[in-house]
Amino acid sequence: MKRIGLDIGSTTIKCIVMDEEGNILFDSYRRHFSKISENAGNTLNEIADNFPNEEMLLSVSGSAGMGIATDLNLPFAQEVYATRTAVNRRLPGTDVVIELGGEDAKILFLTDGVEVRMNGSCAGGTGAFIDQMATLMNVSPDELDQLAADYSKIYTIASRCGVFAKSDIQPLINQGARKEDIAASILRAVVNQTISGLAQGREIKGNILYLGGPLTFFPQLRIAFDKVLGCEGACPNESLYFVAMGAAYSKDSVVVNPKELSKKAEGYSATGGYVSCPCLFKDEKDYADFITRHENDSANIKSINAPEGKMYLGIDAGSTTIKALLCDENGNIFNTLYCSNSGNPVPIVKDYLDNLYEKYPEINIVSAAVTGYGEDIIRNAFRLDNGIVETVAHYTAAKKFLPDVDFIIDIGGQDIKCFKIRNGTIDSLFLNEACSSGCGSFLQTFAGVLGYDMDKFSEMALYAERPVDLGSRCTVFMNSSVKQAQKDGAGIENIAAGLCISVVKNALYKVIRCASPDQLGKNIVVQGGTFLNNAVLRAFEQEIGCNVIRPHISGLMGAYGAALYAQEKAKNKQKSSILTAEELKNFTHTVKATSCNGCSNHCRLTINTFDGGRSFIAGNRCDRPLKSSKNKVDYNLYAYKYGLLDKLRHDEIDTSKSTVGIPMGLNMYELLPFWYAAFKSLGFNVVVSGESTHKLYVKGQSTIPSDTVCYPAKLLHGHIEDLIEKQVDAVFYPCMSYNVNESLGHNHYNCPVVAYYPKVIAANVKALAKTDFIGEFIGIHDRKEFAPHFGKILAAHGHVFSAAQLKAAAKAAYNAYDEHMAAVRTKGDEYLDLAKKEGLPVIILAGRPYHVDPEINHGIDRLICELGAVVITEDSVSDKQKRFPTTVLNQWTYHSRLYAAAKFVTENEDLNLSLVQLVSFGCGLDAVTTDEARSILESKNKLYTQIKIDEITNLGAVKIRLRSLFAMLNGGK
Amino acid sequence: MSAEFTKEMKATHEILAPDIFPTHMSLIKELFAMYGYKVTILKNTGKDVIDTGLKYLHNDMCYPAICAVGQQLYALESGEYDLNKVALVQFQTGGGCRASNYIWLLRKALKNLNMEHVPVISLSFSGVEKSSGFKVTPMMLFKGLMAIVYGDLLMLLRNQVRPYEVNEGETLKLVEKWNEELISQFRKNKGLVGKSLRKNMHDIAKSFSEIPRRDVKKTKVGIVGEIYVKYSPFGNNGLEDFLFSQDCEFMVPGVLPFFQTMFANAETDYELYGGSKLTKRIYKFVEKRVETLETIMLDTLKEFPEFVAPSKFEHVKELGEKVIGRGVKMGEGWLLPAEIAELVESGYSNVVCAQPFGCLPNHIVGKGVIRTIKEMYPTANICPVDYDAGASKVNQENRIKLMLAIAKEEEES
Repeated sequence: MKRIGLDIGSTTIKCIVMDEEGNILFDSYRRHFSKISENAGNTLNEIADNFPNEEMLLSVSGSAGMGIATDLNLPFAQEVYATRTAVNRRLPGTDVVIELGGEDAKILFLTDGVEVRMNGSCAGGTGAFIDQMATLMNVSPDELDQLAADYSKIYTIASRCGVFAKSDIQPLINQGARKEDIAASILRAVVNQTISGLAQGREIKGNILYLGGPLTFFPQLRIAFDKVLGCEGACPNESLYFVAMGAAYSKDSVVVNPKELSKKAEGYSATGGYVSCPCLFKDEKDYADFITRHENDSANIKSINAPEGKMYLGIDAGSTTIKALLCDENGNIFNTLYCSNSGNPVPIVKDYLDNLYEKYPEINIVSAAVTGYGEDIIRNAFRLDNGIVETVAHYTAAKKFLPDVDFIIDIGGQDIKCFKIRNGTIDSLFLNEACSSGCGSFLQTFAGVLGYDMDKFSEMALYAERPVDLGSRCTVFMNSSVKQAQKDGAGIENIAAGLCISVVKNALYKVIRCASPDQLGKNIVVQGGTFLNNAVLRAFEQEIGCNVIRPHISGLMGAYGAALYAQEKAKNKQKSSILTAEELKNFTHTVKATSCNGCSNHCRLTINTFDGGRSFIAGNRCDRPLKSSKNKVDYNLYAYKYGLLDKLRHDEIDTSKSTVGIPMGLNMYELLPFWYAAFKSLGFNVVVSGESTHKLYVKGQSTIPSDTVCYPAKLLHGHIEDLIEKQVDAVFYPCMSYNVNESLGHNHYNCPVVAYYPKVIAANVKALAKTDFIGEFIGIHDRKEFAPHFGKILAAHGHVFSAAQLKAAAKAAYNAYDEHMAAVRTKGDEYLDLAKKEGLPVIILAGRPYHVDPEINHGIDRLICELGAVVITEDSVSDKQKRFPTTVLNQWTYHSRLYAAAKFVTENEDLNLSLVQLVSFGCGLDAVTTDEARSILESKNKLYTQIKIDEITNLGAVKIRLRSLFAMLNGGK
Repeated sequence: MSAEFTKEMKATHEILAPDIFPTHMSLIKELFAMYGYKVTILKNTGKDVIDTGLKYLHNDMCYPAICAVGQQLYALESGEYDLNKVALVQFQTGGGCRASNYIWLLRKALKNLNMEHVPVISLSFSGVEKSSGFKVTPMMLFKGLMAIVYGDLLMLLRNQVRPYEVNEGETLKLVEKWNEELISQFRKNKGLVGKSLRKNMHDIAKSFSEIPRRDVKKTKVGIVGEIYVKYSPFGNNGLEDFLFSQDCEFMVPGVLPFFQTMFANAETDYELYGGSKLTKRIYKFVEKRVETLETIMLDTLKEFPEFVAPSKFEHVKELGEKVIGRGVKMGEGWLLPAEIAELVESGYSNVVCAQPFGCLPNHIVGKGVIRTIKEMYPTANICPVDYDAGASKVNQENRIKLMLAIAKEEEES
């Protein structure tokens, strides 16, 4: 009897019919746009047409196949398992299978111990991810692949999840990086994601097979895999159908009549058993009233049809769109532009200006300003008069509509920005962190995946009767929630409405983290392109339970604010410095990619050169490549502390002695002086692993067992590999439940990751087997107990020392540690004095010791210095505080320092102090500490700023945050 | 600062507890009643409870906190309780994991809700904090552990009998019957001394052994994990029901070892870092006493060799030392991988490791050691599953199905 394998994936349906010898007689591949039952029915119909009146054996597989299989009472073959079955049958001798699907990534190890890995709930680098990225670049996925063939360099793109990658790519696009390079970098990110997420310590080698849609359709992706793996994988003819074949082989298959089953499948609809939210609009009148109310709110700002008198230009070069307009002296609006930036804002602005000059040669532009991600490049390219921080631009515009506005929320393509206004200045700024997208492009992407354009999609949402309750989660989670909702029978309009509601919930509960809507304010202005979507606007009003103002130019508020700002700044100016019509004719723009060699970060730079010698460098994390500011001295305690530790790296090796290697990561960023002195005193050579770089990270990425652990921990794998390469005799990396006791809290624990990461290293870094690994438990909090315990551990590794030797080593170690901390604190005091004398603002950049690693902090310390502030560390002031009551359990040493530093800020009004907290993504403890630090600071009306960092960080967003902070400190100016 | 639970409140206040160990809670509740506390186990579940948790806690906080605190806050907001006559209780381990912060976060949330006058009781053995009206005496603790042993035994027998029962529903009925019987004994202050404990244990095991069972082959699956999502169907999306529907017999290691681990860790701490000899001795003493309870259960089960009994805790400790080292004590610590090893040794080589998304200790004791365990036990088929407010059931079940497909293949070969 013939066999059918039906593979219902997250985005496509694959189906084959084969005979008893395994010859494929029929195959079909179609996108299902989430209309699973309909498309499954069609597929079966086709089979019935090709093989009339024939009964066959059938099994279902695929990530979206489980629901339909259960409901139609058909056998289900788990898809990874199905792949394995098919590969074993058809291509025996295969060692490793790499299979990428629409939303899944899998690696199967078939020889030397079968292991099967599939991506967890936090992993998006798959087919859907490539589609998303292509949309972002305004090309088709195939074009993306073709572009990648001509790359000249690879940018580092976060490989953890799609949302992260997106925020890396956006700045590259805005900075004018070559599309070819971005495309290749995207594919490389997919490769890195697959390897770091799924290999988990196993080497990928031997006969490798590439399966699934993306690897079939994108030859450049296969090449990228080949390159990284250092071998050549094969992509067989039926590479799309292995899951389907595996299902067909399943011995659980049952006999079906395809024609009948097709009818059953088409008629099948799930029961509607999903959780729903209240509908958005009861009826058409409800909707009409809503529209009228919002139109009236914007009645006082007029549009004009021709320029008259003095005109002011505002441009908002946002993350996905570019907006521009002009206004007259009364704030009336003229000639608006709102379009996708298509990955390069420069030509769009040029066209806009060309048109403007052509149609209105007499136009009198008095002043021009730009805001947004592309601020710098646009300002340089077109010689605009002013640049302005986005937050200030939005406030300026909102005031025009509602003078006593006290809360503004802006949801754009990529960003959510919310801020409160207090006493006429911006206060408490919330930005979405890299992990929670839920913005305009999120809706757009989903509309695309489901096969609709954005307008149609939001229109459908309006009258949905039972919107799906999708919660407030990041895009990756949302994909599977939508899948589940579809399985539960939610129609497209209910999903559309559900997504609109989730955008709102995401903003309220994830970004702003408000417990109740009345915390927001009384006079609320909502803006940003996403609020033009009436379903989102309505959902917002419903969720907070009151009416808000949405300006009719909601999507243009940044540009409008910039124009108003230009007007404000113009004063007696007669003419803007913007390129004239004549100059614009000779406009040229060339882009060159290069690397900066200013420091170990080796930032990938894009150098934009315009006619007349104007240029703009992007991609830099600090101003080193911009020669202008070479003479300035930074007061940067991060750099000082890093320097102290770095000194211990350059030791001469005495070949007659045994060598201990110490990985420079996590708590070693504080304890290195301690261990260094201890081992030196006992007569060892001490080798410290090299500086952290992304390259070093990649070296260790295949041995990381948990892809959601923080980046500082992940980096440790690279440091261990580095020590192994340096051929040390032993690697010393002990477990420490307890940290030093500074009497600032209830206890003095380390976080679980810092405490026990040596265990993860020992269990997962295979190459370590040949090196002695000293990873026992030790405490240094009890100065009396340390020496004998240390001695016992060393003795177990064959290094026996006398009690006197150990005592001397302990003494040396504690002295070195005390001196190190004292040096940091003395320097900190010095900087505080200097700041006081020179009247400089001081930022306590509060993190953990390992945040001084430039690969971890991404040069944020230097960025702050550039903005004119003094940077000190949390541990340089925490010793000035006594233990005080907190509203959380204060039991981790590093975090006790954070609370103490926050307290210090509130108690030293004479210094211009602020605290900025660095939070590593995935740090669970910071879910506790950030709110506490905020409440300590806010209890004394101090600002709290948090910056989330990961493998890669979106420095554009960090800059906005910091510039807004400085704007707030200066009273909104 | 939030309100203290005073002596007077003991008479007037109803104490709301989250449903941490569904099988055990009804017995634990009775035990509190014996000491004059009115405890109500919250059974509310569903999306609204989760949403309440998400609303008042940091969304990146661990999922068990969202569930457990969500249950309590949802109850308070529901209007079902007189807010002047209600208190909350949270279990607090006092370890280096962020779980020791649940109680503090709960208080913070109460403040946001303007319900600061609702007292929050910390139930802990390490004395992180004290309140005048609530005290766990050594005797109460010991009786509490007895209730847990009963719960562990009932859970173990239920799990091993139910998949094979001839008459559907018989096993669960028997569990119910024993729950009622024990509660009525507890009310008479019976069933909690060595002798009657022994007798009850024997009778319980005997009654389960008498349930008629089919001789069919089931896939044997172990469940380990973070303490909340390991046991709570609310936390793990009905994991046990799903496994049951997939024709599996599952073994869930008991609650007692979790407490035994806490006592044992105090001793380890002394060995590793030094400190107070007296504290160490006290814990050693408690550990020994608990061992007698364990022995009663194991002795009982020896009489019924058809049931797979848990290993002696001493052996679990050895496994812990071998797999990861007993100094790893935050969260479930070394116990979690030791339980995986124990399950594999007892024939449950397919193991679901249930963990909250982003759980810090689980980076180490869950995903971090799978490699080691696989090297020690090549047949181990381990499936880590993340639970979270946003994770979908489809994905979780799909992963488990993969584990089961491999298990079935192993069984056939």
